[in-house]
Amino acid sequence: MTQCSPISRVLALLLLLLPLVATADSDQGGEKEALPFSDLTFPEPARHYSAEQKCVQPVEEMRKNHMKYILHQRDETVHRGIRTRRYALEECVNCHTAKDDEGEYVPINAPDQFCYSCHSYASVKIDCFQCHATKPVRPSTLNTPESNAANSTEKLSNDIRQLLASEGQAQ
Amino acid sequence: MSESSKLADAARRNFLAKAGVAAGAAAVAPGVFLSTSPAQARPADEPVSSAKRWGILVDTTKCASDCSACVSACENENGWGSSEPNSSAEQKAHWIRSVTIKNKATGFAKTLPMMCQHCETPPCVDVCPTGASFRRADGIVLVDKHICIGCRYCMMACPYKARSFVHEDLHDQKPWAPRGKGTVESCTLCDHRVDKGEIPACVEACSADNHNALIFGDLYDENSEISKALKAKDSVELRADLGLNTGVRYRGI
Repeated sequence: MTQCSPISRVLALLLLLLPLVATADSDQGGEKEALPFSDLTFPEPARHYSAEQKCVQPVEEMRKNHMKYILHQRDETVHRGIRTRRYALEECVNCHTAKDDEGEYVPINAPDQFCYSCHSYASVKIDCFQCHATKPVRPSTLNTPESNAANSTEKLSNDIRQLLASEGQAQ
Repeated sequence: MSESSKLADAARRNFLAKAGVAAGAAAVAPGVFLSTSPAQARPADEPVSSAKRWGILVDTTKCASDCSACVSACENENGWGSSEPNSSAEQKAHWIRSVTIKNKATGFAKTLPMMCQHCETPPCVDVCPTGASFRRADGIVLVDKHICIGCRYCMMACPYKARSFVHEDLHDQKPWAPRGKGTVESCTLCDHRVDKGEIPACVEACSADNHNALIFGDLYDENSEISKALKAKDSVELRADLGLNTGVRYRGI
C-alpha cells in the first residue's frame, strides 16, 4: 500500500462528502422530495362489527397472535375433524367483512379491507384466500346466546394454551 | 401383511368397534339399550376416532343411465364443476364422475358413480412426498391443501382416477370446501357434513330422487344400514386385486 499525501487525503474526503452537501443544498432550495414511506399512514380497515361485539380474544392478543390461533385450528380441523367455530377462519370472515354502498359484501382480501390493509402495511403476504371463501356465506354461530354463554368463561382449549406456552418458552 | 394378521386386525377392529358402541350406549332398563345412531353428531371439539370407518355402498342396479343427481349434488355442495372455464374437460375437477361401463361381449352397459374409494391402504398416501395426502382416523382419505405442493404423484398413483388438479385461480369457494390453484383435490366424503352427523351430498341427492342407490354409514358398526346391506348381498370393491380394502363398494357389476 502506498502512502497518501495529506493533500490528497483531504481531497478524497471532500469528494466523499460532496454528494451529501449537494443534497443538503437542493433540499433547502428546490422542491422537497418525499422520503420513502413518509406518506404512510396506518390503514383503518373497513369493519362492520359493533363496539360491544368482542373478538374471540382481547384485541391486543389477536393483533399479535391471530395467526397462531388460525394455524392451530387449521390442523385440528383438517386432520382431526375438530369443528369448533371459535377460531375458524370462516368466523373471522363472517365478522370482519364489510358491505359496499349497494349492500353487497366486499371480499375480505380486497386492498382496503380488514386483512389486506394491515398485511400490506406490514409487508406480509398471506395466501389464505386463494382457497378460502372471502365473503360470509352462512351465518355466524359465534353470536348465538348459547355460544355467548360458552364463550363468557373465556376458556381457551387446553391444546391452544399449551401451544402458546411452548412457543413462548421457545422465544 | 399376511392373511392371518389381516384377519386378526379385523377381529380387533370389530372388538374395538363393539366396545365403542357399548361405551356409547345408554342402559334404559336391564337388557334394553339405546344405542347411538351411526351418523350421530360427534361433539365439535372431539377428534375423529378409528372406532368408525365411513363407507358407501353403491348399488349400480339402481343407477339410471341418464341420472347424474349425485354428480350435480357434489358440484353444488363443494363448488366445483363450473369454476374452471379455461381448463379442458380432462383437466377440470372431477370429485365424482358418472362412468358408463360396457361388456363388449354382450353389449350390456351400466352407469355408475366413480369417486375416491377411501382405501384403507391408499396408494395416494404412500406416494405423497409432503404428507399432504392422508387418511383420517375414521377412514376418510383427504388432501391437506396447506401442505400440498401440487406434484400430482397421488393422481398418478390412484387406480381410480379419483383426484384432480386445480389449474386456475378460483373465486367464491364454499367456506366448508376450500379449493385453490396448484393443489390436488378429490372427494372428501363430505367430511364437513359427516362431522355434523349428516350424510354426504351425493347420498342425500340419490335418495331424494328415490333411487336409493347409495348407502352411507359406518362399516365397523354391524348394526348400520351399510353393514347390514353388505352382509345381506354380494358386493365388490373395484380393483380388489390391489388389496386396498376400499371404503366404497359396488353391487351389480
